[in-house]
Amino acid sequence: MSAIHNDERGTMNEERGGVASSFIVHRSSLDVQAVRANFPILKQQVRGKRLVYLDNAATTQKPQAVIDRIVRYYTQENSNVHRGVHYLSEVATAAYENARTTVKRFLNARDEKEIVFTRGTTEAINLVAQSYGRANVGEGDEVLITAIEHHSNIVPWQMLCREKGATLKVAPVNDAGEVIVEEFARLLNERTRIVAFGHASNALGTINPIERMIALAHDAGAVVVIDGAQGAPHATIDVQQLDCDFYAFSGHKVYGPTGIGVLYGKQSILEAMPPWQGGGDMILSVSFEKTTYNELPYKFEAGTPNIEGVVGLAAALDYVTSIGIDSITAHEQELLAYATRRLQEIDGLRIIGTAAQKASVISFTLAGVHPHDIGTILDQEGIAIRTGHHCAQPIMMRFNIPATGRASFGMYNTLEEADVLVDGLRKVIEVFR
Amino acid sequence: MNELRELYQQVILDHNKNPRNFREMENASAKIEGYNPLCGDHYTVYLQMADDVIKDVSFIGNGCAISKASASVMSSTVKGKTKDEAERLFDTFHRLVTGDRSGLSAAELGRLAAFSGVSEFPARVKCATLAWHTLRSALEGEPKEVVTTE
Repeated sequence: MSAIHNDERGTMNEERGGVASSFIVHRSSLDVQAVRANFPILKQQVRGKRLVYLDNAATTQKPQAVIDRIVRYYTQENSNVHRGVHYLSEVATAAYENARTTVKRFLNARDEKEIVFTRGTTEAINLVAQSYGRANVGEGDEVLITAIEHHSNIVPWQMLCREKGATLKVAPVNDAGEVIVEEFARLLNERTRIVAFGHASNALGTINPIERMIALAHDAGAVVVIDGAQGAPHATIDVQQLDCDFYAFSGHKVYGPTGIGVLYGKQSILEAMPPWQGGGDMILSVSFEKTTYNELPYKFEAGTPNIEGVVGLAAALDYVTSIGIDSITAHEQELLAYATRRLQEIDGLRIIGTAAQKASVISFTLAGVHPHDIGTILDQEGIAIRTGHHCAQPIMMRFNIPATGRASFGMYNTLEEADVLVDGLRKVIEVFR
Repeated sequence: MNELRELYQQVILDHNKNPRNFREMENASAKIEGYNPLCGDHYTVYLQMADDVIKDVSFIGNGCAISKASASVMSSTVKGKTKDEAERLFDTFHRLVTGDRSGLSAAELGRLAAFSGVSEFPARVKCATLAWHTLRSALEGEPKEVVTTE
């Protein structure tokens, strides 16, 4: 079980061995000013104010190392991969495949063959639904998700179930925004083919007890897909220890470029899956009578890939690793605890999502003020937050609200920025008084 | 704060807090929903037409201050107007909130002038025009059940 102990700012808790997905808080050793210096975009002013970027659950900013890596790729290495015999093609192919090794290490996968590059988490989940799902889900079967999922972990399964005559089941959440594991377990049965859930919720911040949920799903004989879009930026991930069948994440939420993501899949499962998209790179030989598909992972990478994205992603993961995921998590948990306490000082502010274990995401409403108006007024103060339903309309309905404001913190945010947010919200109240 | 005060003028704050004609309408001759999927603003506009004249108009729903105040001001502005007059008012309003004020007189604008600050906030134009788009669809008797601004 992963666990968080953050009763107070910077509180230490014991290290635990054998944790597959660690949101465990260590003492924050992160030098936030040194980290900030690595992110050129943070130096700018917006609307005459210093930028306070609190929309990291939507996308993170990019460190200079990532920007430089992409520039170097186009300045010195650009070529197509896996085909040319010339020098640049060899360089580009080596960079592309070395990046796969970097991802393999980041997830602690067994083999590079288990790492498929996609456009992002959404495409990775669609790949599983369309390839594994269409081959293994039939009429009367069930797919189980939770009430807290992002639309990208709902709609692909709805599409699959509609096509196959299968049923989509949804595990409910409690008033804190936590999946009710007993209900989740009760919904599992011999017809459950696929179980898909997020590592952490983008809308409320809830961290799911994924190890327990994976074990329960496996006991029922189902295959498990983890939407790690909000997990990878905040937690150490060990897919072997988790024993999940698939884990998907996006580069741009972990300080890398947009348009690149990863699908991890167990080799034996990926081997048995039919290809998804057809085209170049995913084949060994083609005639008009018969095509022989390429081996893993190329079977699932049709067409010229996003090479700049792949090398940029590897640079981002190297950067994150150099800072240390444990340090990042500890810093973010300190921010979460502090910002939560400061926000609770504001009359009429209600935090939506009060799970015992949360990523550094705070969704909130303010009495009498629509989130969209909050967003506009904070923007005038240079503060970037997200407002709306966060692509998770069902969970908004669960709490009977149309939308929330959401502040989400990354490794470069400071306690002072949480104070600026609180001051900004007081201005919102002043305007609407 | 100046641009904010310009956006959130007293008229807007007042109409947001106490929206006029904020009710369902029985026997409406037209009822149409407007939805902005970006921010979740969601309104239903009711019309009671007598020939070509808007005899009564009301709305329900929820959304941000700009969208709700706009729906409220719209409802009190177009009541008693003909269909053509309402269309012209929408045109005037649209030009105001998109910053094209050439030839717009204060008399023509009336209460709509409270929305002049919207043009400085391009992301909010859709909020301000949602109810108007919905009204126009209702007036034109479009078969669409839900009008969206996307």
